[in-house]
Amino acid sequence: MAYKLIGKNFTPPDIEAKVTGAAKFAEDFRADGMAFIRILGSPMPHGRVRSIDLSEAEKVPGFLAALVPDDIKQPGPAGQAILSGNPRFYGEPIVAIAAETEQAAADAIAKVRLDMELLPFVVDPIESLKPDGVNALGDGNIAGRGIDLQEIKWSGRTFALADEGEMPRGEAVIEWAFGDLEQGFANSAVIIEESMVHASCSHHAMEPRSAAAWWENGKCHVWGSTQSTAFAQPGLANLIGIPPSDLVFNAEYCGGGFGGKAGAYPLMALPALMSRKLGGRPCLYRASRAEEYDNGYARGGFQGWMKLGFREDGRLLAADVFAVQDQGTTAGFPDYNNLGSAISICFQPEAMHFRALPVLTNTVPKGAQRGPGENQAANMIEPLLDKAARELGIDRLAIRTINAPGGGGHDATIGGDQGPVTSAYLLEAFERGAEMFNWAERSQQSGQRNGSKVKGFGVASAYHSAGSNGFDGLLRITPDGILHIHTGVGNLGTYSYASTSRTAAEVLGYDWDHVVLEYGGTARNLPWNLGQFGSNTSFTMSRTNYVAAMDAKAKLLEIGAMMMGGEPDDYELQNERVVAKADSSQSISFGEAAAKALELGGRFDGSEVPENLNPMTVQAASAIAGTGLMGVAKDEMERRGTVPALCAGFAEVEVDVETGRIEIIDYIGYADCGTVVHPQGLAAQMRSGAIMGFSLAMFERHVYDPAYGRPNARGLYRAKPSGYLDVPAFQDWGAVDEVDFQNPQGMKGIGEPIQGAASAAVICAISDALGGHLFNRTPIVTDMILNAAEGLPQSYNPLATNTV
Amino acid sequence: MDVMHQFELYQPSSISDAQAILRDNRDAWIIAGGKDSLDWFKTRVMQPPAVVDISGIEELHGIREADDGGLWIGAMTTLTEIAEDAMVNEKFPMLAKSALVVASPQIRNIATIGGNVAQDTRCSYYRDGFPCYRAHGNTCYANTPTAMNREHALFEVSRCVAITPSDTAPALQALEAVFEVQRGNRTLEVPAADFFIGPAIDITRMTMLERGDILLGIKVPGKWAGSRQYYEKVAERQSWDFALGSIAMAAQMDGNTIADISIVCGAVQCTPRRLRDVESLVQGETVDEELEELVKRVAARGAQPLNYNHFKIPLMENLAMRAIRSLA
Repeated sequence: MAYKLIGKNFTPPDIEAKVTGAAKFAEDFRADGMAFIRILGSPMPHGRVRSIDLSEAEKVPGFLAALVPDDIKQPGPAGQAILSGNPRFYGEPIVAIAAETEQAAADAIAKVRLDMELLPFVVDPIESLKPDGVNALGDGNIAGRGIDLQEIKWSGRTFALADEGEMPRGEAVIEWAFGDLEQGFANSAVIIEESMVHASCSHHAMEPRSAAAWWENGKCHVWGSTQSTAFAQPGLANLIGIPPSDLVFNAEYCGGGFGGKAGAYPLMALPALMSRKLGGRPCLYRASRAEEYDNGYARGGFQGWMKLGFREDGRLLAADVFAVQDQGTTAGFPDYNNLGSAISICFQPEAMHFRALPVLTNTVPKGAQRGPGENQAANMIEPLLDKAARELGIDRLAIRTINAPGGGGHDATIGGDQGPVTSAYLLEAFERGAEMFNWAERSQQSGQRNGSKVKGFGVASAYHSAGSNGFDGLLRITPDGILHIHTGVGNLGTYSYASTSRTAAEVLGYDWDHVVLEYGGTARNLPWNLGQFGSNTSFTMSRTNYVAAMDAKAKLLEIGAMMMGGEPDDYELQNERVVAKADSSQSISFGEAAAKALELGGRFDGSEVPENLNPMTVQAASAIAGTGLMGVAKDEMERRGTVPALCAGFAEVEVDVETGRIEIIDYIGYADCGTVVHPQGLAAQMRSGAIMGFSLAMFERHVYDPAYGRPNARGLYRAKPSGYLDVPAFQDWGAVDEVDFQNPQGMKGIGEPIQGAASAAVICAISDALGGHLFNRTPIVTDMILNAAEGLPQSYNPLATNTV
Repeated sequence: MDVMHQFELYQPSSISDAQAILRDNRDAWIIAGGKDSLDWFKTRVMQPPAVVDISGIEELHGIREADDGGLWIGAMTTLTEIAEDAMVNEKFPMLAKSALVVASPQIRNIATIGGNVAQDTRCSYYRDGFPCYRAHGNTCYANTPTAMNREHALFEVSRCVAITPSDTAPALQALEAVFEVQRGNRTLEVPAADFFIGPAIDITRMTMLERGDILLGIKVPGKWAGSRQYYEKVAERQSWDFALGSIAMAAQMDGNTIADISIVCGAVQCTPRRLRDVESLVQGETVDEELEELVKRVAARGAQPLNYNHFKIPLMENLAMRAIRSLA
């Protein structure tokens, strides 16, 4: 379908400020009389605060106030406190102090004397599951979304039954199955059975989670760093302890989130609480880099086991998967659920048995990180497909295409209940990507040696659910004819807040120059929108903007009929005018229609809104009612099934077997993201997501010394996200560009599997260069390669975690 | 904490002024580019009451040709200046390369050669403020049964297992550089092999510099100017990373024969490690596969790996072999 705006490049409105440095992030906020906050984090991985002595801190010139755990409402047992008297991880905030200057606040923090009792702690989930293992929270070692805090210990027999290095498999809290697993294995020509570890990893956001706040006329104003403007507001209001309507939230820019700033988080509320204590005085908390690592969450690592059975042609007949997730200290994010779903959709096994267990450790709380669970799944399972292909003597692409859902995905299913998907073109992504990469010829160079460098090739895929529904759209046409689209999506850096707004402009036939985006803070009167996370924005927010635009369109046609006679059906929209179909000389401008809407009032100008809207949307609509013709609606269009974002990745690497250095020679990602909305934005996502994947595959360190429970990788140079010299200078990419029929313009998201496809393809390529050597550990770092190349044992126990 | 403590900042413009300040402030800390120092201050693990910024002392800057065909490099010369200097690249390309692979362009533009050689170790336990031997305590936290010590030492462990983090140090030692140190009224000329010190000599320092000493500059003698040189650093990342291992080599060739050689390995012990076994092996030899294999056999002899760093043995062997192979 030919679109005026969809599928075309454009310049999002925030780019200039980002490029010139004019963009104001949370910690750039300043106000007269501002106080500065510093925090004191726990010096131990698990402890109980017996007393806090502030007497010396209070003597520091400039000291204003302190907050201690008793001042703060405490969460449930597996929740995360703003300040805790029972810290469960190193660095968990205990005391906050405000002072006239940041220097004074830091000096006062240095004078705080804590009397603490060290409690037992654990940093390895499997250690906690042992019969005498430590519970990270004392009362329990298991918690997850919808899983209450509880204690599970596996028997000595369970551990004894596992071979050395093999994942023990005891009681799990998540279990589902479909198909006849036993028959699947019985019919298999090859069965692969391996244990593996996937490391946790930090988010490394360039902008730490700083926040500022003040109170004025009963309202709390917060500047925060979040991916999701509207979606974060209720949670933040709850943390502050006020109704959402009393919170004015500004989050215009976000310097990196990756899931770690998906919604509100405890530290964002701290300045508001301190400001309240200081009578509303503006307060700023600037998180340090170390504090960001302490409190910025991390992707949950896994210790797992898989048994996969393949037919002679590579078809996956049976998959038995067991995974223990490192949850850190909170109920965290259910990566474990996504791990199972991802395997089920990407490979469509005929039978599958999935078990998982989220285990608490005294490590940084785990939260969602780009492809949470799905990308770990890709990294854990894809090398096993390569091993099967080698044993079956078939091409490594062929073993994927025979299993991949394609052709729209009408027969594809996902998860334990084998539910439907809205569309799936992974097969096409593999086929077209392989052509672009020239897989057939290039992969023949596998193992080719040039001096100490060996070539390796990898292919892989990844998935994430990419769409939701039930959110609201809000826009208005003012009498000057300008279209104002209110979007609460958030500004993570993907520009999808802008690209999904173009849906509304497309429906109404607007020139983009005549559109103003109202975004970045609730003062701009934002509707209830899903956050910018989970690859959901394109599908979900294009639908909200579509329904709002359709509402506006109906009102424009109605007003046209009122002003020019006849019925609404007698009119159409052309060039920002309402035009009679029978006589194009009969028309009114959108501006004139908007002026008429103001005269009419009621639903036309937003004085009356549909009853099914979220209260946030009602409040926003109420604030702008009477300023123009309003389009406002809740997305109640059909959504049947999971919306899958899928991506295929192809990598060529050279592994220097003398130094352990890996060079990524080439990478191509090929996306199934429905209609391409914004090619330039998609290109940026494809490349940057892949870079994050390379980082996940090869670099990022998340290290705890089990004797002390302290993180050893607090900082960018220690945690080692990839740098610009670690990635190929250029990456090509492609998109299937087939529509998803459950989105009016065929869109669905793509952000997350881009990373997983890239990381898994690189992992497979490294393995390929080393003759199919399975590391069964992510990331694969220098020491592992050198040890493998030299035939030396690895340094770590096969199931050890938090070592890399 | 990321907020530095309060301190007195002195910015002298002459050596004598700096010395006077250091005499009056016995706990003063000398800061050059600040890339190591400010990290210490921000975490408040180190809180000197006075800081002496020597960047304004003009005579500490610059690169000059010496009478013997070598170079004199001022301690405050930035790593970018060294990496880009024509004379350094012509005479001592491995020194230019070693400066080029330090950290990132932004850091190299500020960081100095003096700071790079005098910087403290990057042992994560020590940097995080554990009360270890090096911090006047009585334990090495990086050498326990559970310690995370992938980056640590293979050789010359004496209670502490920390390693030298400097990329330029192995190159300077291989080039037999001499360090000019102002100590009171005397100017000391200290060979590289004596400038870097291990824990057996003083566990709280990485160099022979004492309180009040000022590193003036580094003389790189003409002996190895224009020789065959090789430098390679292996780190996880290609920028902003410290070496897991590095190799620096200078060799004089007589036709295809190695007439003289100096080869030093970095990141395997507290000081740059001169590979004397390799030197004695290859002297007078012609490079062939057998010699490369022998180099590999002797390069890491005596290594005593910790829990997580036995990979450094083949890394070191391979780096030595690659350096020798470059002479073929």
